[in-house]
Amino acid sequence: MMRARVGYGGALHEATPAGGGGEGKLRLADGRVLAEDQVLWLPPFEAGTVIALGLNYADHAKELAFNSQEEPLVFLKGPGTLLGHRGATRRPAGVSFMHYECELAVIIGRRAQRVARAQAMQHVAGYCIANDYAVRDYLENWYRPNLRAKNRDGATVLGPWFVDAEEVADPANLELRTFVNGQLTQRGNTRDLIFDIPYLIEYLSSFMTLAAGDVILTGTPQGVINVMPGDEIVCEIDGLGRLVNTIVGDGVFGRRGDSKS
Amino acid sequence: MALCKIPMDVAPYGLSGTVYGTLLNHRTAFAALAGQMTLPPYNAPPRAPVLYLKPRNTLAAGGDIVEVPAATPELEAAACLGIVIGRTACNITEAHALDHVAGFLIVNDVSIPHPDYYRPSVRYKARDGFCPLGPRVTARALVADPDALAIRTHVDGVLVQTMSTAELIRSVARLLAEVTEFMTLAPGDVLAAGAAAPAPRVRAGQTVTMEADALGTLINRFAAAA
Repeated sequence: MMRARVGYGGALHEATPAGGGGEGKLRLADGRVLAEDQVLWLPPFEAGTVIALGLNYADHAKELAFNSQEEPLVFLKGPGTLLGHRGATRRPAGVSFMHYECELAVIIGRRAQRVARAQAMQHVAGYCIANDYAVRDYLENWYRPNLRAKNRDGATVLGPWFVDAEEVADPANLELRTFVNGQLTQRGNTRDLIFDIPYLIEYLSSFMTLAAGDVILTGTPQGVINVMPGDEIVCEIDGLGRLVNTIVGDGVFGRRGDSKS
Repeated sequence: MALCKIPMDVAPYGLSGTVYGTLLNHRTAFAALAGQMTLPPYNAPPRAPVLYLKPRNTLAAGGDIVEVPAATPELEAAACLGIVIGRTACNITEAHALDHVAGFLIVNDVSIPHPDYYRPSVRYKARDGFCPLGPRVTARALVADPDALAIRTHVDGVLVQTMSTAELIRSVARLLAEVTEFMTLAPGDVLAAGAAAPAPRVRAGQTVTMEADALGTLINRFAAAA
């Protein structure tokens, strides 16, 4: 099942795709059928700990001139960075390189503590698309990628749908695509993950207990390019839908410059 | 959440369960690394606040036992001033920053000692139970000056460190202004303002007591992992 959390008519609702393909229309649990742009899309589940992977596709690691790792590059994100489908993400004035990252998000459904690889997938509730923005101008070599580059308000987009694990036949063979203003700019496949989903669950749960709602953003393949205010970024993953986001400038947020300090 | 052992209903505001820490914001911590800052892999001193998360699996209350992993002889127990947000803080100014603070508490930021701060430290800092905090939220009005607080750390009753917030590089208000420029803090979020170096080392079997006159006493025993 695919389901979303949307706001409409003064309340929050669970919604499911209406009509073929899951694009365009959605049906609220109360029966109302609406167009995609009539509702406010929230991240499709209540996220707990947000765990992200850096450099987890060999091609992207090479693109950024990194050698492959012995150990996953893991970092954490806070709740304020999360954003739903069709939201707007701010690009600060004065920066030279801000890019999207289309990623498969793996949502934990069951407490996972010291779980072995063979059992790891039993702890997965479902999947969604993530677009994990980075502002490279702010990257520093201290706990890199540092939060100023990767944990900005509204810079981690999740959705549109939470897709039950049983509906995804092979999460290790899903194509990811990103389009900027309709042009294909990024393409990869989850079969090329350096550290695959069972490994990541085994690794993470060896030192931190994962709980239902915790989410693992598994990393992005090559093909990240700079995006500017006005650009529409669409991230697609086979079977999970398409996640839309628009870049906006500081003015929309009542900011005049890139920093008051 | 069952995982989170700290009570979330403490006065005057509940905690949200989101806890951030700040690296290198105490003069002693900065000085300890100053000689390496212009060398690889860092190449330059930090410009913006360097933050990390203590996720919900790390949160613990006073009285909880901190498990020392079998492969690790000693842990670091770093006392920090925890700033508890009371009002949504987005792009706030230094002058108004304290208006957004509900109160303060002690954060015992537990880590596996690690010499390298180039990559995020999740494996070292985000283990279950590695963030006792408390013993309660002390309302801001009851803390005369958050930038002149001493938190004393005792290991088995012996005073091993006195961390003064007077030595923070960014004051409480300054830190809030710089952090909220890029990430909004919500009511109940905690921002730990920075630890002193060297952090006290603790072995299994020892008890850590952190106390500050205004904030109370946070006591946790460290024990070998089962």
